[in-house]
Amino acid sequence: MGSTTRGYGTLAEALAARLRSRERTQSQTLWALRDVSFRIERGDTVGFVGRNGAGKSTILKILSRITRPTSGRAVLRGRVGSLLEVGTGFHAELTGRENVFLNGALLGLARSEIAQRFDEIVAFSEVEEFLDTPVKRYSSGMLVRLAFSVAAHLEPEILLVDEVLAVGDVAFQRKCIGKMTEVAAQGRTVIFVSHNLAVIQALCERGILIERGGVVVDGTSGDAVTTYLRGLETDATAAEVGARLDRGGWREVWVERIGIDGEKGPGTWLRTGGPATFTFEVSGVQRSLSCAFTIVDQLGNPITTASSVHAAPQDVWEKQDAPTFVCQIDELPLMPGRYRVDVTLRGAGRLQDQLEGAAYFEVVGGIIGGRPVGAEDGDGSVVLPVSWRGPAEALG
Amino acid sequence: MRNATVLDEPQPVRPQPADEREVWIEPAERSFAIDLAPLWQYRQLVYFLAWRDIKVRYKQTLLGIAWALLQPFLATIVFTIFFGRVAHLGSQGLPYALFAFVGMLPWTYFSNAVTNGSNTLVASASIVTKIYFPRSALPIASVVGAAVDFACAAVLLVPLFFWYGVRPSVNAFTLPLFFLLATVAALGLALIFAAMSIRYRDVRFIVPFLMQIWLFATPIAYSAVTLSSAWRVVYALNPMVGVVEGFRWALFDVAPAPGWETAVSCVSAVAALLCGAFYFRNVAQSLADVI
Repeated sequence: MGSTTRGYGTLAEALAARLRSRERTQSQTLWALRDVSFRIERGDTVGFVGRNGAGKSTILKILSRITRPTSGRAVLRGRVGSLLEVGTGFHAELTGRENVFLNGALLGLARSEIAQRFDEIVAFSEVEEFLDTPVKRYSSGMLVRLAFSVAAHLEPEILLVDEVLAVGDVAFQRKCIGKMTEVAAQGRTVIFVSHNLAVIQALCERGILIERGGVVVDGTSGDAVTTYLRGLETDATAAEVGARLDRGGWREVWVERIGIDGEKGPGTWLRTGGPATFTFEVSGVQRSLSCAFTIVDQLGNPITTASSVHAAPQDVWEKQDAPTFVCQIDELPLMPGRYRVDVTLRGAGRLQDQLEGAAYFEVVGGIIGGRPVGAEDGDGSVVLPVSWRGPAEALG
Repeated sequence: MRNATVLDEPQPVRPQPADEREVWIEPAERSFAIDLAPLWQYRQLVYFLAWRDIKVRYKQTLLGIAWALLQPFLATIVFTIFFGRVAHLGSQGLPYALFAFVGMLPWTYFSNAVTNGSNTLVASASIVTKIYFPRSALPIASVVGAAVDFACAAVLLVPLFFWYGVRPSVNAFTLPLFFLLATVAALGLALIFAAMSIRYRDVRFIVPFLMQIWLFATPIAYSAVTLSSAWRVVYALNPMVGVVEGFRWALFDVAPAPGWETAVSCVSAVAALLCGAFYFRNVAQSLADVI
């Protein structure tokens, strides 16, 4: 937890901080960060994860010199470029060209540097035809592209990025990530704050998990993400979901309990290729009540949705004392891993109940289509039963 | 839990950062030194911000930059009619319009610089909370913008001199000094009010009102030579008194020549600048959390 860096002969990029930042809310003192300390070397790519309000943005604000710590010190070596919000500094009445210069100046570039990179900036942003119209006429997509383009060409030694990927369409996000990867490949330091865990794992080698103003994990990005997700899950342990309040819909009827069963009876682990039963006990019945659930992987990507809205010949609708929807999957085609269930109830023409992270389950390796499937057996979350044909000599 | 404050911890002896690109980020400082280095580094930004303000102000307007001329000009006309003709205020032997205009010119500069400068921080709250740059660049840019307007309006002096057949006196070479005095005062006040505007939103209303009253406390529409010298010194605590009387002396060689009153005005302006600089620096450090 040292606060000096010079004795270690570190590389040009050393960041050692004991940061505590304080915000006064009326008579209370709220510590946004407490005793946060870490060191980042030149060329590291670090992702900060954590819930909203954990203190990640405060760290970036301090590192960007927008706000000062209450105690402690941060040492930065190298020029810092930060993207805390794209398009800041754009003025609606000025043209795109004028705004590039203004924004560049705000971000610390000299006029000659901006002029040098002007063509690249414009090319990356793809708004060449509109460069001389006032930006108040730009679509939001164009604005974001231009703003990101200016910031991306800063060539700082340290790049701080905070959730800028939340805006823009998929093509733009891919471009952003591409650019940040390029920056990292050039040996610059990238510090990235995001809720997009897939990108964090793809882009960053290191991960730091911040919780309630303190550092919980400082290791690989995989470790940080996993610990973060585990933390989220503990809020949704009980399958007794009836008591949960964080749900959407009219709630004339709602889901009371969820059960997930594998071949060995009740429990929450399933096997690839094995039978899986999802049971949803609901509070009541309505006309045209349907139940749907989505299986979502660890990184938040939805995999598949099963819905009872459309009938199929094999469905069974019968008189029940306690209304329950049961979904039966004979051969579960999911790869080993952890998954969560989001459930939705629709009835009487309205959304009745919607619950994210209603239950979690684990899938262990098994056999699908006669073929063994283990955790290390490939990418993706779904495994299909297939058959192969090939040359006899390839065997053995 | 220990509530640590900056005062609890002993201030370490600060070795200077070794390589010039090293930046130390520490809790707010209360020292007497003001760091001007970042401001110098960002000097191009001041230029861009001033340019942005001017461009935006006159874009899509009917008269464009002509407004810079019209403001002092129209005010002079009104003063000439009501204070010169109707109220018969003395103008020290000069044609009243000329007398008033030469006072109005630096006053408009000062008033615009302070008014615009006091609003900049709140108006630019979005960039202030998201990007690092020396915050003082904003009020400085307002002063620069007002200076550009001044330069445009000063052009009117030429036709006015011709019209009235008056020649500028040889003292005119001292005009830049009086302009500098006005700048120092304007910058100081702009910094003070900009810093205040962060916490108190009614600065937006206070400043224009204050400027209106201040105009009458400055010898633009009238001449203050009739005041006894003791009162004149107190009167000169208003730095614009030194500026306006200085402008008149420089262009027409009318009394009062620069003397004690000018010195008092200078001291007053420098005091305003120092107060403004320190107050602004202290407030700006916690800006993003409060604004």
